[in-house]
Amino acid sequence: MGSPALKHDRSPVPSAFEYAPAPESRDVVQLQERYGLFIGGEFVEPHSGEFHPSISPATEEPLAEVAYADAEDVALAVTAAREAFHDGWSDIAPEERAKYMYRIARILQERSREFAVLESLDGGKPIRESRDVDLPLAAAHFFYYAGWADKLEYAFPNRTPRPLGVAGQVIPWNFPLLMLSWKVAPALAAGNTVVLKPAETTPLTALLFCDVLRQAEVPAGVVNIVTGDGRAGAEVVKHPDVDKVAFTGSTEVGKEIQRAVAGTGKKLTLELGGKAANIIFDDAPLDQAVEGIVNGIYFNQGHVCCAGSRLLVQESIYEQVIAKLKRRMGTLRVGDPLDKNTDVGAINSKAQLDRITELVAAGEEEGAEIYQPPCRLPEKGWWFAPTVFTNVAQSYRIAQEEIFGPVLSVLTFRTPDEAVEKANNTPYGLSAGVWTEKGSRILSMAQQLRAGVIWANTYNRFDPGSPFGGYKESGFGREGGLHGLEPYMRFE
Amino acid sequence: MAQAPALPRGFELPLEPRLPRIGSVDQVAVEERAADLSRRSIKRESKLFALDLAVRMMDLTTLEGADTPGKVAALSSKAMRPDPSDLTVPPVAAVCVYPNLVPHALERLGDSGVKVASVATAFPSGQSPLEIKVEEVARVAEMGAHEIDMVIDRGAFLSGNYAKVYDEVRRVKEVCGAAHLKVILETGELGTYDNVRRASLLAVAGGADFIKTSTGKIQPAATLPVTLVMLEAIRDVYEETGRRVGMKPAGGIRYAKQAVQYLVLLNETLGPEWLTPDLFRFGASSLLNDVLLQIRKEKTGRYQSPDYFTLD
Repeated sequence: MGSPALKHDRSPVPSAFEYAPAPESRDVVQLQERYGLFIGGEFVEPHSGEFHPSISPATEEPLAEVAYADAEDVALAVTAAREAFHDGWSDIAPEERAKYMYRIARILQERSREFAVLESLDGGKPIRESRDVDLPLAAAHFFYYAGWADKLEYAFPNRTPRPLGVAGQVIPWNFPLLMLSWKVAPALAAGNTVVLKPAETTPLTALLFCDVLRQAEVPAGVVNIVTGDGRAGAEVVKHPDVDKVAFTGSTEVGKEIQRAVAGTGKKLTLELGGKAANIIFDDAPLDQAVEGIVNGIYFNQGHVCCAGSRLLVQESIYEQVIAKLKRRMGTLRVGDPLDKNTDVGAINSKAQLDRITELVAAGEEEGAEIYQPPCRLPEKGWWFAPTVFTNVAQSYRIAQEEIFGPVLSVLTFRTPDEAVEKANNTPYGLSAGVWTEKGSRILSMAQQLRAGVIWANTYNRFDPGSPFGGYKESGFGREGGLHGLEPYMRFE
Repeated sequence: MAQAPALPRGFELPLEPRLPRIGSVDQVAVEERAADLSRRSIKRESKLFALDLAVRMMDLTTLEGADTPGKVAALSSKAMRPDPSDLTVPPVAAVCVYPNLVPHALERLGDSGVKVASVATAFPSGQSPLEIKVEEVARVAEMGAHEIDMVIDRGAFLSGNYAKVYDEVRRVKEVCGAAHLKVILETGELGTYDNVRRASLLAVAGGADFIKTSTGKIQPAATLPVTLVMLEAIRDVYEETGRRVGMKPAGGIRYAKQAVQYLVLLNETLGPEWLTPDLFRFGASSLLNDVLLQIRKEKTGRYQSPDYFTLD
């Protein structure tokens, strides 16, 4: 390598060419002061009378009071869902179900700015991402599954597909509305009704979604939304009249759910954690691979279960890739999620920030070399600078545990076999990335990697037609595509 | 004197014993990155800074069969004082003309500081014998042009004769004398980003001071992704050798908004050191008036009719 001193010697951008703040207006979102539980098509007071504020992670400002459901509330919601299932939703003409779903998709598109702003406000993700990724994908999921609603006989020929009944769904805080649509769309298309529990820290877009349900005139009780903390989620999972449980979240909770569901006959799909390997071969297009690394780990502040959190670089290009990566990290803009120029937003919650901080400290202690680009973090709110660890050994905690934050661990490999071995050497198996110009190598890597999703020369791309899910401790069952429809059906 | 060809390690030429490590470019990803950067929001002072810089970086160009001394004189006057009603608007970087018009441009521009650039080497096709091209460059240099915009032989490049492309750039550089050499790749004819990257590195290795996208005679001319690929090649050369090569997108840049997008791309890829006319130019003819219009708008808050800006 030439003159390394030059590489990091970036003089500051002349103040005249700093991008001016370009905040998206909050006025498009009208929040109520408090939200009840959405049961049987109405907002109702929680049985306990308990409300808690949903906080904006970027400013720590309370946005709205949200009800906390208990066992009785969940029972009411399940009953409402059961009634709606029997009162028509399961046996109306399938094209009617499709009609409602197309309506939902179109309303999401029409109101996408409102939803995008609220998503960024409540969750801390950059508006660029909620606008360009979350919302278009959420609408696309409803469009996609609406298309299947009246074609189930063709989706599963000669198997006589039937709906299951009531689906109990618990979703995480990293893609609140998108995870809702991943769960709700296939359930409705198959003819089920739904009780959905949004994440404790990000319930607001799900509550705004209730408005969409009304606007689309979806029959009351078909979708019920019960907010609250983990206790409400546990009640949804445990309720005896729930036929199918779908959960996205941590491996720890996933295991608890699997224990709770064991022996009940409920169908279960789990989409859990990950520690994905993003593998860069020496013939890869380097500048684009670096973009892929950045997108793989700093997208949504690394709050992505399929994040490319372990970077495996072939040793022959290691120095080049790291130099390019560090340079690129220097241009990441961390700050106000509502600013259209922001690349990395706020950490979703104090608890998550503490966990990231703890694991990063462990990484330093274990001897990994830390690098963070100079960046000014806002004083209020929860923030973590984009971080990369080099000199990481496979045995370090930061190479083993899911950090779920903007923290990348870099390891090296010498041969494709070694890359496969290291990539698969993890309890997880959700996703992986392969960067090479060689098509045959992409195929052979994809065959050998034990991961549900493998991206080639790209990362963190989603499509409703493409199944998503994991191996091993990353869970089981698939969402998206026909694979995602099957868990919501029984076959006669 | 010709600058010794500085070749980044790992980017060996095909004519050297070791195989080239030119690397490759992923089309989807590079286009996505360019589109991403074009959505950066630039406002107020930053915008004014960018617009002012765009004027200072402009190679005001006329390359028509119908060019006359009168036309070049008019263009040169515009170059020195783009907006007669606002003297804070700086002069442009250079005037770019055909060889025969170099003396006229030089005469008109005098010691204004605005440079004279001339195209040469059988522009725009480059399909002439090397001796003639070299002779043309030598003559243009003698006439006093400060900058020479040569074209690469795309026929040779596309038939795999990279050595010929490289040799031509070297020969031309040798006769440029003190004049700066800009090498036009004509990316619209190269077909792939991989080829753009390879041609960029060949040109730089041959001694180019600047690499330039297009002649303006072929569509597509300059685009954001093509410029990004070339900027990344320049960055690799800089990081390997410390040598700073300039970049000139040319053709198809008509609006101030586009110019600002190019500057964002430049700033994010090569950093603020490259935000200077010494290392970045716009090759354009109709862009200037739109930039002037936008500068006036930023300063007064009002859009003027195009009739208030001179057509030259």
